[in-house]
Amino acid sequence: MTELTKLTIAEARDKVRKREISATELTRAFVDAIEGANASLNAYVLPTPELALAQAQESDKRLKSGDARPLEGLPLGNKDLFCTTGVRTTACSKILDDFTPTYESTVGANLWNAGAVMLGKLNCDEFAMGSSNETSAFGPVVSPWRRLRDGKLAADKLVPGGSSGGSSAAVAADLCLAATATDTGGSIRQPAALTGTVGIKPTYGRCSRWGIVAFASSLDQAGPIAKTVRDAAIMLRAMASHDPKDSTSVETPVPDYEAALGQGIKGLRVGVPKEYRVEGMSKEIDKLWQDGIAWLKAAGASIHEISLPHTRYALPAYYIVAPAEASSNLARYDGVRYGLRVPGKDLIDTYENTRAAGFGKEVRRRILIGTYVLSAGYYDAYYLKAQKVRTLIKRDFDEAWKSVDVVLTPTTPSPAFGFGEKTGDPIAMYLEDIFTVTVNMAGLPGISVPAGLSGEGTPLGLQLIGKPFDEATLFRAAQAIEDAAGRFTVAERWWEGAGAAKSTGTKRAAGSKAK
Amino acid sequence: MRVDETTVRRIARLARIKISDQEAKGLEAELSGILNWVEQLDQVDTANVEPMTRVVPIELKKRVDTITDGEIADDVVKNAPLVEDHYFVVPKVVE
Repeated sequence: MTELTKLTIAEARDKVRKREISATELTRAFVDAIEGANASLNAYVLPTPELALAQAQESDKRLKSGDARPLEGLPLGNKDLFCTTGVRTTACSKILDDFTPTYESTVGANLWNAGAVMLGKLNCDEFAMGSSNETSAFGPVVSPWRRLRDGKLAADKLVPGGSSGGSSAAVAADLCLAATATDTGGSIRQPAALTGTVGIKPTYGRCSRWGIVAFASSLDQAGPIAKTVRDAAIMLRAMASHDPKDSTSVETPVPDYEAALGQGIKGLRVGVPKEYRVEGMSKEIDKLWQDGIAWLKAAGASIHEISLPHTRYALPAYYIVAPAEASSNLARYDGVRYGLRVPGKDLIDTYENTRAAGFGKEVRRRILIGTYVLSAGYYDAYYLKAQKVRTLIKRDFDEAWKSVDVVLTPTTPSPAFGFGEKTGDPIAMYLEDIFTVTVNMAGLPGISVPAGLSGEGTPLGLQLIGKPFDEATLFRAAQAIEDAAGRFTVAERWWEGAGAAKSTGTKRAAGSKAK
Repeated sequence: MRVDETTVRRIARLARIKISDQEAKGLEAELSGILNWVEQLDQVDTANVEPMTRVVPIELKKRVDTITDGEIADDVVKNAPLVEDHYFVVPKVVE
């Protein structure tokens, strides 16, 4: 039932409410699609079909009795960073082993309480550290997109971006209506850009971080990856809430973002920061940016050149702040209270063995960097310095908001790349986040919208950055871009059915993780 | 090298991660590379700048200091690798 899986949330919602299709039919279509595709794409690390169908049945009861909730019967994927009651949660790391939470993340609970159906847990970079989904303990996710060479699909595999690569690939391949994701330095927006999907990282504090495996607590935010701007608006409204269990979650009303979409952007002031015109930016990225400017102008916005002078310092400052907070957050994985344990001759030896075996290479690297910059004598020179630079980055934006309402930039410096192309040099991989990371550093909302195709036939995205808690304006501007650019979907569904016979492979791979 | 092998070993010890000799050598170059790269922050004058602590100026909420949770020992130890009667079991630490 390919046609059902191709629906947007808004379309599926209508059909389910009008009872043209049942929640069970819709869910079944996705369960079958996942079974046929997952061996090729590896987007899900744990499909949960029984749970999904049980939830769908409950939804059908409610729909029948006229008791439908906002997302009633709509099947979603859930990034494996979100804790799920009774369903294994690993952050795609060996160190969490078969960790099975006894609680649900607040964002997840909000979605299920709104009637949504969970199809399973989605692959991601280990502890969300990566920009290509290649650091996952479950192996990389394969993008449904392939390069075009001489008018034909090339055979080489592309990355779906990261860290939310399972989320972006699953949405792009119609293996869920939309997915949860998290963004610490670009992990929602970069994978969205690389797969032709829409991803929004809301303002820090908009979504509760409770029950989400922590990476860098002052930067982490949850948000959705979806097929359209409208779907992302529907998702974010359901995910966001004030939560007393997360002291950084902000007590402010969550607007009806979907209702805001119709308002248009007449008179909107759009800033174009000159510092984002980085050296060596490809012609096609520059053209994409110019297209975006032209579309917003045509929709009634005015364009203003602005300056964000500290832009170039955001990425190096990020690579102090994020590893420092990660090294502190990941200290909890000690082989005692949950997860993997590799015994040693004494307690310290047990810690050291467990952490050496449980953490992958990139995670170990970041913990060591973080430990170094926080160690005696270095705290002021690194962490404190970086937090001060952060203040300056935020001030740049505060200054910009005096003359503009949103800022328009490319989401990534280049289109999707191949497996292994950037794994050799950590800094080359870190540069993937050069346009997205400032937004996390300043705590602002940012959305990536598909805006065109590269010369290789793969998607490119534009990023809009907004004022704190002004996601509604971002959605309006993003809608204007989507209206002008159209949607970008994969033409040839090469992954379908290819691995149907091996469809239980994911589960088995998960079970064989190091004990 | 900004970070030598001795430093790598000291850091790994602090982070409680066992590393092999070969890994220590590789990490010397990797960590030095990253630290050299972040050094560009020295170009920024932060003399009179406060470190950032939050995005919007909100007051941290305080709750009443009462017990709001508990009696869930089964849940707490549910995922532990080694448990005895609601206790986490670790190698002997006191002789």
